[in-house]
Parts: sequence; structure tokens; C-alpha cells
Amino acid sequence: MIVKDIVNRFGLEVLSGKEGLDQKVMGGHCGDLLSEVMGNAPVGCVWLTVQGHQNIVAVATLREMAAVIITGGQTPDPETIQKADTENIPILLYPGLAFDLAGQLYEAGVKNMDT
Amino acid sequence: MTDLKKIFHVKGNDFTHAGEASVNIKNMLKSIGLDPKLIRRIGVCGYEGEMNMVMHGGDGTLSIEINTDKIILYLDDNGPGIEDLELAMKEGYSTAKDEYREMGFGAGMGLPNMKKNADEFTISSKVGRGTQVKMVFSLNH
Ligand SMILES: Nc1ncnc2c1ncn2[C@@H]1O[C@H](COP(=O)(O)OP(=O)(O)O)[C@@H](O)[C@H]1O
Ligand SMILES: [Mg+2]
Repeated sequence: MIVKDIVNRFGLEVLSGKEGLDQKVMGGHCGDLLSEVMGNAPVGCVWLTVQGHQNIVAVATLREMAAVIITGGQTPDPETIQKADTENIPILLYPGLAFDLAGQLYEAGVKNMDT
Repeated sequence: MTDLKKIFHVKGNDFTHAGEASVNIKNMLKSIGLDPKLIRRIGVCGYEGEMNMVMHGGDGTLSIEINTDKIILYLDDNGPGIEDLELAMKEGYSTAKDEYREMGFGAGMGLPNMKKNADEFTISSKVGRGTQVKMVFSLNH
């Protein structure tokens, strides 16, 4: 599965990083505490978070994520979108809650391998 | 023998550029073909160190030294220092301001994350003077 498949399947809005839409999705992670995400998010994951400020791009880049999905009706700051475009990190929008999307992603086959 | 040393300046409270030094370091290590797992460990340590200077430490530097047998990260700031190092190292301990917590910082996991990801971790601090951290990553295993 690639990022684009998730975008199409769940009708996510793509706000940045279109170059990264062909990235393979290798897992998922939910979290809003940056240090926890930094410590635990698997490589190639989609990251579900309510954080929209620009620092999420550094976290996504350093953990080599496939995409960031902002949930819960939150929206990213303009700087976040700009930075994500530079780093080719797709920022996607899902209006519902993280739990619901995570469950659907899991059902669709997005699972974490042992790291 | 040091093959390469690079110094990045980090500004206190500057969230616009926070994390950029670590991303730079990551790209640099990637271009020399270092093991991706090791790059990630170094990235975690650089990022947490950088964020601590931005949030707590004030102005400082993040430096990387690449040797044949190891890579060393140094953090050096002129901030307020840490009164009780043992307490600061405890998982969950944080003095981060509320506005930073709302942004997802201040989990109190930064220093423990660094210690976990580095092969050697040393920290020293003087109240009113600043904080220094040295993290060594061995290239021999
Ligand atoms: N460079 C620094 N200068 C001053 N205080 C620091 C510095 N780094 C860490 N600290 C102190 O140690 C605490 C724990 O740090 P850390 O484990 O990174 O958690 P967090 O950054 O989430 O608060 C901080 O809340 C702060 O009080
Ligand atoms: Mg910290």
C-alpha cells in the first residue's frame, strides 16, 4: 500500500508533500507527545496526530515517516505546509477522530512489523 | 582521529528553525551511507538535544564529530543550567511551560530518550552557567 491508496480509500485531503504520495506505508502510529513519537514511531509509518505546528515536520523527517495525518478537525499552520513541501512529507487531513481512522487503517492492512 | 566536525547554532525559543540542525545531520549521515538504524538513533538524540536548548537552555550549539570508530554529538548551551540532574533524567519529569506542553513538548522523555539511544551518555550542568551533553555512538558493532 502507498500513501496515495490511503488518500483515495479514506478521502483524505492532501495539503502538502505531493511528491511523497508514492511512498510505501509500512505501519502506523498515533500520538501527540512529540518525544513519545520520536522514540517509538516505526519507519515508513503514517502518523495520526492533532498537532499541526511546524515541528511535526522535523519529527516526521527524522523518523522517516510516509505521511502525517492530522485528525480531529485540527489544521496545520501555514509554516507546517511549507516545510512539509520542502521535505516531501505528505500532510493529510482527516476530519474525524484518530481512533476511528486507526481502526480502519488496521482493517485495511496497515500493521506494524516488529522493529 | 577526527575526520569531520560540524557545528550548528541553536537559538532559544526559536521554533521556526527548531529541529533543522538534526535534519541537516541526518541528511549528511545519509549521504555518507551510514546504517539507517544508527542514523535514526543519532537523529533522535540530536532532535531531543536541540529541542531542550530551544525550550529550556537558551542559545547553544549542537555539534557532530565523525571519527573512524565513532560518532559523537555534543550539546553546549549557556542557559540556566539544571539544578538536580538525577531528577531531570527521570522519565516524566519536565519543567516545560504550558504553552510548550500544548504543542506536545514537555513529556519529560527527552533526556531518557537520549540516554537510551546513545552508546555513551554524559551530562554536566551548572546552575546559571549552562548545560553540556556528550553522546557517543560506536561504529564497531
Ligand atoms: N539544556 C537544558 N537547560 C536547562 N534545563 C534543561 C536542559 N535540558 C533539560 N533540562 C531540564 O530537564 C528537564 C527534563 O528534560 P527532558 O527529559 O528533555 O524533558 P522535557 O524536555 O520534555 O521537559 C526539563 O524539563 C528541564 O527542566
Ligand atoms: Mg526535552
